[in-house]
Parts: sequence; C-alpha cells; structure tokens
Amino acid sequence: MAKSPIERFSAIFLIAGLLFFAFSFIASGLVPWLMMNKVPIKSMDDLAKDIPPSFYELAKEYPKEFKQHYGEANKESFKVALEYGRDLYIAEACWHCHSQQVRPVSNESQRFGKVSYAAEYSNVLQMPQMMGTRRVGPDLIREAGKRTNDWHMAHFYKPVSVVPVSVMPEFTWFFDQTKRPNKKGLAMVTYMQWLGSWIKDTTDAMKQSIPAEHRK
Amino acid sequence: MEVTSRNGGGNVLARLKGESPLVDNWVVKAHFIAGISCLFLSVLAGLVFSTQFMRTYLFPGIEPLSPGKLRFIHTNIAAYGFLANLFFGMLYWAIPRLTGLRVWKRGVSLFLFWAWQAILLASVVGFVLGYAQGVEWGETPIFIDPVVVVGVILMTINFYVPIIKTKEKPLYVSLWYFTAAFVWTGLVYVMGNYLPQFFAPGVSGAAIGGLFIHDLVGLFVTPLGWGMMYYFVPLILKKPIYSHALSLVGFWGLAFFYPLQGVHHFLWSPIPMFVQYGAVTSTIAVEIVVTTVVVNFFMTLRGSGSILKTNIPMRWFYTGMVLYFITCLQCAFQVTLTLQQVIHFTDWVVAHAHLVMLGVFGFWLLGVVTHLWPKVTKREWWSLRLNVWHYWLSVVGLVIMFTDLTIAGLVQGFSWKSLQIWEESIIASMPFWMIRAFAGTLIGFGQILWVYNLYKTARFGKPLEESLPVIDREIEVAPASMTRPALAS
Repeated sequence: MAKSPIERFSAIFLIAGLLFFAFSFIASGLVPWLMMNKVPIKSMDDLAKDIPPSFYELAKEYPKEFKQHYGEANKESFKVALEYGRDLYIAEACWHCHSQQVRPVSNESQRFGKVSYAAEYSNVLQMPQMMGTRRVGPDLIREAGKRTNDWHMAHFYKPVSVVPVSVMPEFTWFFDQTKRPNKKGLAMVTYMQWLGSWIKDTTDAMKQSIPAEHRK
Repeated sequence: MEVTSRNGGGNVLARLKGESPLVDNWVVKAHFIAGISCLFLSVLAGLVFSTQFMRTYLFPGIEPLSPGKLRFIHTNIAAYGFLANLFFGMLYWAIPRLTGLRVWKRGVSLFLFWAWQAILLASVVGFVLGYAQGVEWGETPIFIDPVVVVGVILMTINFYVPIIKTKEKPLYVSLWYFTAAFVWTGLVYVMGNYLPQFFAPGVSGAAIGGLFIHDLVGLFVTPLGWGMMYYFVPLILKKPIYSHALSLVGFWGLAFFYPLQGVHHFLWSPIPMFVQYGAVTSTIAVEIVVTTVVVNFFMTLRGSGSILKTNIPMRWFYTGMVLYFITCLQCAFQVTLTLQQVIHFTDWVVAHAHLVMLGVFGFWLLGVVTHLWPKVTKREWWSLRLNVWHYWLSVVGLVIMFTDLTIAGLVQGFSWKSLQIWEESIIASMPFWMIRAFAGTLIGFGQILWVYNLYKTARFGKPLEESLPVIDREIEVAPASMTRPALAS
C-alpha cells in the first residue's frame, strides 16, 4: 500500500486547515481591507457634525416626548438617538428585510438614488455593516428626506395605514399608551432620516448615475 | 468487504475489557434529542415568521415575539441547534469507531453538551431581549461569543485526541474532513464575529462578513456532512467507496476552493471588483470538485441501488446528494454577475439557503438519526411506516418550498428591474408566500410524525435483538478496509 503523506493528520491540519484558510483570508478579506485602510473611519462625533434638518423638525413635532427622552436637539442628543436607532435596527432584524446598498445594476439608481460607494460605509454605524441580505421592503440607504417624520411614525405604528399592501410588522412598542412615539420611535425615525443624508444633491446625484444616452 | 481492521479489532477488544464503552451512548442520544428539539423549534419559528408575510401574524404587538426576532431564532437554532447538535452526536458515535479510541474525556463531553444547550438558550433569550449581533448567521449576542469560542476549542481537543493517537495512519477519508472542519470552525467563528464588529468597517467588514457566511456553510457544515457520508454510506452498503483518488480530489478541492468564495454574497457591491471576480471563479471551480464527490458516491451505489427502496437512511443520504448536486449546479450559475443583477436580495436566495441547510445537510442528519436511533436506544423502530411518511412529507415540502421561492425570486427581481412601483413586487409575491407557508407546514407535520415515532421507539419499541455481543458490533464497523481495496486496485 502506498504511503500517502497528504492523508496524515499533520498535513491536513497544517495545509488544508491553516494554510488554505489563511490564503483565503488574505486574498478576499485582508486585501480589500488594506486597500480601503486609508479611508478614515468616522466616529459618532464626526457623524454628528452633519445633522439632517429632519432631526430638528422631529424635536418640534414631538416636543414633549423629545424633551422627555432626549432633551434639546443638539449634537449630543443626535448622537444618542442615532446610535440607539441603529441598535434597534439590528435588534428588530430590520436588516433582514431591508438592504442598505444601491447596486449599479437592475435600474436601482433610478429607483433609489445614487449608487453606493465605499467611503460612505466607513463609519462606526456600519460596524458591523448593514448592507443587507434580502429586500422584502425597499432599500434604505437613500431614505433620508424622501418621506416626512410623520409618515415614518404612522408607518412604524401601522404600516398598512400608509402602504396598504405592506407586510411589515407593526412596531407598536415604539410608541406609548397614547400612541405618541417613545424613545425607541424617535430613535428609529432619526436613524431612517439619517440614512443617505450625506448625499446633498439627490437630483444631481441621480442624474449622474444614469447613463448619458438615457438622460434627457 | 473485510470486516476486521488492521488495528481496530485487537485494540477495540482490549479496550472494551475495561468498564467504559468505546462510544458513550448517553452523549450521542442527548445530542440527538437536543438537535431534534431544535429542529422543531426552528421549524416552528419559521412557520410563525411566515404568517407575517400573509399579514396574519400570530403574535401582533408583542415585542419579544416580533417577527424579526423569530427569524433570528429560526436561522440560528437551525444552524447551531439542529445541525450542530446532530453533528456532535454523530461525531461522538463515529470518531471513536473510526479511530478505535475514546474521545479525550467523558467529563468534557458532558460539560460541552450542557454548555452548548446553555449557549443556545442564552442566544434565544438574547434575541428576544434585543441583544442580537448585526452579523448574518452570527447573531449570537456578542457577550456569548467568547463562550462559544471556548466551547469550540474544547470540542476540537476532545475529538482531536483520538484522531492524533490512532494508529490508523494514513487517516480514513471521514477523518480528513473532520480534522479540517475543526480547525476551520474555530477560525471562522472568531473571524466573522469579531472583525466586522470591532475592526473592519463597512465594505471591508462586508468582505469578511461574506467569508463568514459562506465559510460557516462551507467549512463547518459541509466537511462534517461529507465526512459523515464517507463513514455511513460504505458501512450500510457494506462495500468500499468507489474511488480513493476521487475522494482525494474532492477533499483537497473543497479545502482549497471553498474558503475563497465568501465575497460572492456581496456582488455588485463597492468591494473591489477583482475580489468579486475571484469569488465568482472559485465558486464555479468548486462545482467541478463537487461533481467528483457526487460521482464517487453514485458509483459506490452502482449495483446496489435497490437498497434505496428499503433503507430509509440511505434514501435520505442519496436524496440529499441529488439536492446537493442541484444546489451546487445552481450556485455555479447564480453566482455569475449576470444572474446576480436579478436574483440578489430576492427570495431566490432564501430558496437556495433552505435547499442547502435542510435539503442537503438537514436530510443527511435526519438519515443518520434514523439509522442510529435503534442502535442508541437498543430498540427496534416502533413504526417503519411513519419513517416513510416523515421522508416523503419532508422531501415534498422542501421541493415545493424551493421551487416556489425560486420562482418568487425571479418574479421579484424582474419586477424591480422593470421599475414597477415597489408594492407591485409585494402583491406579486403574496401567492408564493402562501405556498411557502403551506410547504413549511408539510415539513413541520413530517417532523411531528417522526418525533412521535422516536418517542414511541425509545419507550415501547421491541428490544433490539443482539445475537452478537457489543464488541463484535464495534469491530464490524472498524474503518480500515473501507477504502483500501479501491486504493490497491
């Protein structure tokens, strides 16, 4: 019987187990990581430098609740609400039915807006990344400013009241007994209205993403 | 096939003169019971989740039981409860028999069993209370992850000790797969749960997250699954695997190509294109490797095909292999950038995931439990007919679900591409989601019948007639001769 060194424990452990795995990690994990290493990772403080107007509107529209849970509408309260909104987005598995990634194919830039680019994911709220895996509902990375705060509140409380065919769950626990948003409701809307708020000129960005021959 | 082993026989005999048996029946049985309970829980959570898609959710307004949280339970308990528990039970049965040696320590086995169930319970509680981690397939709360890592390391040592100590060198095919699976599982778990959470942001995190999702299937579930097939199939057929050379190609091909595929979960994303091309290429390459393995098993079956009529475990195994071939063939096409334009983010992917996790590895494990349950309970099946029902309900349910969701995926993808308003894709999906729930009900019903049969067997089955002493039964399955004739010829 032929001796076959590659059928021994040590060969399998070292070559198949460690070496091949290391190679795959370097080739498809480490290399893209290092390539994007120069893009700075934005902290919460960096993100709070650019507060979308909808956040101030939120404080005006739900003054009592906003005051109670977040105080004044400023950088500090924005950071708290935004991060809590992201945490809820994960906890409630929003990211299993909504994506946060506009692809350059399938007419997605016409439906949602500017095609996603690497730098916009380089921040602490994309650790871990929320690009998503399924789109039962639409993509959300260009959601900021598309709809009003009120629309979002109604939608979270009872989705079919604004989108009759929606299959989204009713997040009634984002609201208190009197159907006013609680800390969670305010945080979720803050997060929704933040997603894509860094794209300043959406119409222009949308135009650029459409090929010239289709532009009129 | 020669039924004696070069070292196994004498070794086993000598060892069995002591008190503790080679295989610890209790641990095998305990993992089987835990795994089947998890299967039940997972199917139930999936079914309840599916009611949301018909706007008839069973627990509206209850925060801890929101549909999203049940989805966490559905997928995580399927992977770490159902598949992992049954795999562990199978390993506690197979590894001592393949090596002729006990696992490292019985105490460790017992500790690991309870620790694993505690991890699962803690995960479920964590999901319900809102502590899920935002990593797909790695939603296990971040504070439980270190415990899992320690558990995996202990598990690795527990199984490595007999593999390293055995005089059976070179190792049998199953042990190649098991050996590699343990190195990979620990590395994959640490990589996927920690790097995207703490170190790699956004796009680079997505690349690593993609690796994690895929490696979990490719480097944990797949090698354990194939190792299991290489053990049980020749054993039941009582003949060696068709070609040792094909076994080698299959293993080393999988080991090289499988880890390189992860990024195909994020095609058309801002991840550098050359990484995406690489992932696509290696995914297509692995299809060739898969073909060699499947051919190897079907050539082994050649001339004994009629066993599928009578032997339910073998039927599970070969059904799984057909579905595996379909999965991988589908994968080679769906991974292309062309098809990804339409099917990414649709139910096509959900169909694919169910085909892999339940249709292939789930079915194999159901087959293994069906094969081993009389042996670990020392009782004959209470009802063979219920096992047949279990088989058909599960297979028919799964095939309906797969076909249904695959078509649904195409409908959704083209609806989006044609720029219909979003709601149109929901309206069009509705009938598909109803059929999906129906298919899930069939699968669930099959499992109920089976669990009933398992219980009746353990309690009221006729005691297994043991004309041979336990020792002979151990020798009967000694591994050495399983592939050697093929190698020699």
